[in-house]
Amino acid sequence: MQKRTRWDHDLIFDLIPAGSSVLDLGCGNGELLARLVEEKQVRGQAVEADPDQVMAAIHNGVAVYQGDLDRGLAEFNSKSFDYVVVEKTLQALRRPLFVLEEILRVGEVCIVSFPNFSYHEVVKMLVETGRMPVSASLPYQWHDTPNIHLFTLLDFLDWVEKQEVTVVSGYAWGAFGYRNLVLPEDITGAEELLFVMRQTPEHDARS
Amino acid sequence: MTDPLNVCREKQGLFDGPDSPRSVGWTTPQRVVLADQSCPLPLDCGVDFFPVTVEYETYGNFSEAKDNAVFLLHALSGDAHIAGWDADWEKDKRPWRRDRPGWWDQMVGPGKAFNTDLYYVVCANLLGSCYGTTGPWENNPLTGKPYGLDFPVVTVQDWVRLQVRLQDYLGIDKLLAVAGGSLGGQQALAWAMNYPERVRSAIIMAASARLSAQGLAFNAVGRQAIMNDPCFQNGNYYDGKPPANGLELARMLGHITYLSYKSMEGKFGRRYENGSQPGYHLDKEFSVESYLEYQGRAFVRRFDANSYLYLTRAMDYFDAASAFRGNLAAACAEIDAKLLLLSFSSDWLYPPRDTREIAKAMLANNKSVTYVELLSDYGHDAFLLETDRTTPMISSFLGKV
Repeated sequence: MQKRTRWDHDLIFDLIPAGSSVLDLGCGNGELLARLVEEKQVRGQAVEADPDQVMAAIHNGVAVYQGDLDRGLAEFNSKSFDYVVVEKTLQALRRPLFVLEEILRVGEVCIVSFPNFSYHEVVKMLVETGRMPVSASLPYQWHDTPNIHLFTLLDFLDWVEKQEVTVVSGYAWGAFGYRNLVLPEDITGAEELLFVMRQTPEHDARS
Repeated sequence: MTDPLNVCREKQGLFDGPDSPRSVGWTTPQRVVLADQSCPLPLDCGVDFFPVTVEYETYGNFSEAKDNAVFLLHALSGDAHIAGWDADWEKDKRPWRRDRPGWWDQMVGPGKAFNTDLYYVVCANLLGSCYGTTGPWENNPLTGKPYGLDFPVVTVQDWVRLQVRLQDYLGIDKLLAVAGGSLGGQQALAWAMNYPERVRSAIIMAASARLSAQGLAFNAVGRQAIMNDPCFQNGNYYDGKPPANGLELARMLGHITYLSYKSMEGKFGRRYENGSQPGYHLDKEFSVESYLEYQGRAFVRRFDANSYLYLTRAMDYFDAASAFRGNLAAACAEIDAKLLLLSFSSDWLYPPRDTREIAKAMLANNKSVTYVELLSDYGHDAFLLETDRTTPMISSFLGKV
């Protein structure tokens, strides 16, 4: 079985065609982008706020711009990347909706993954212990977590509903490994989620 | 920048001696004529200038594939002696080199950031400086007297044009990297912009595409200090006493811009030079006063006042976007080199937000770029002092170019 924390990593690697341009936001140590650059010859740019991770990304040979995503992506031209990747970062941002709008502007296709707070094990922990859940997807204590905007699959789909966004595909990770999103089961069955989406063409035409 | 050796000595205690496995060992400066009457150097000011001698040093071995050459570019007060111990200090009358290695010795040598086991490292003294390359102190062949202020005004682009000649002279088709901090970083940027086919990467530290108005102001006052010294004699002081007081003042002023609020508080605070009470006099009282004076005096012994005027002017004039009506993105459109931009949080001479402008200009062209803002209290001098943190970044970056 794939390592839990890597499933989205590997899936994103498979989803991105060779030779694309990729913007990886909150790249961490840059491992994914380094792999894409080396094995799929993508034109890669990473953005990362954490100084130690920036250093690790440089060590992995990734072009990394040290910056704060919450300030938006003003540095980046509209539709300047084939793919924008936001791997398990949205929940740690101060302005997640603003950043979602920005990635839809900058990327032709956007790939986001996030932990699902309505996952039944998480809910169970919360209800049964009366304390903030700690799991592989949420491996922090309440006081040291970077996750300030936890949300659920349905929260995300509500947002999608209100935007001019086309979901190309959705994937769920759970006890079953990963699969194409199944509703309503994955509302509580998915521990983590991944969506591939793009601005709907009408929106493109207007902007 | 601060006399790098003084700050490094304070921080690190000891240098790598000439026999240390981490030192490039004994070095000897080389000199070569790179412009003469038949092939003058065209300068931005319109003058076709000759003759031009360039002093340079090289470390490490040029690979057979000729793909491992790195040009390091020095800043205002630097020279070609970037690492190791000068075997010719006595012959060249440079006693300040007796007790200390080159100015970036922490970064250049076996196993260091610019690893001389891997790279062929070259550094040349700048045109207009006073360490072996032609400058205002040298005799003008037309008059037989030092140029003084008859020396043409030179620019960062002129320097790079001359460095290109050195590149050709050394048989280097394409540089693996150009790298420098401060004014050296600006040369690295000019290299990447003006000669994209000649350089594969550029490391730009504590530098920006243009000096701020604040920076221009400090340079202006420094030059006024020199030119208002009665010994200045309109630059014709080589037969008599040099304008040492003026140059000392300029250096003291410059020094303030290389430090930060925190580094000055940490280093000096309000400490008294003697005792802890006011002596109720107007002589030096505080540690910071003595420190600046010490730095100023040490500098005067090794630097030429006219060179200071010319080099600060080049620093003023540099504006990477000037040929593009201030549009830095347009100016960066031709850059092919991979860029590593390193800025330091407490640097207020070339603050991170100004370095970041270069990164933004690259991104505006849909070009990849690495931009880092290191948290540091050392001010502008951080690029000389934060070697523990810059070394892994630079060596990783160079390894992946």
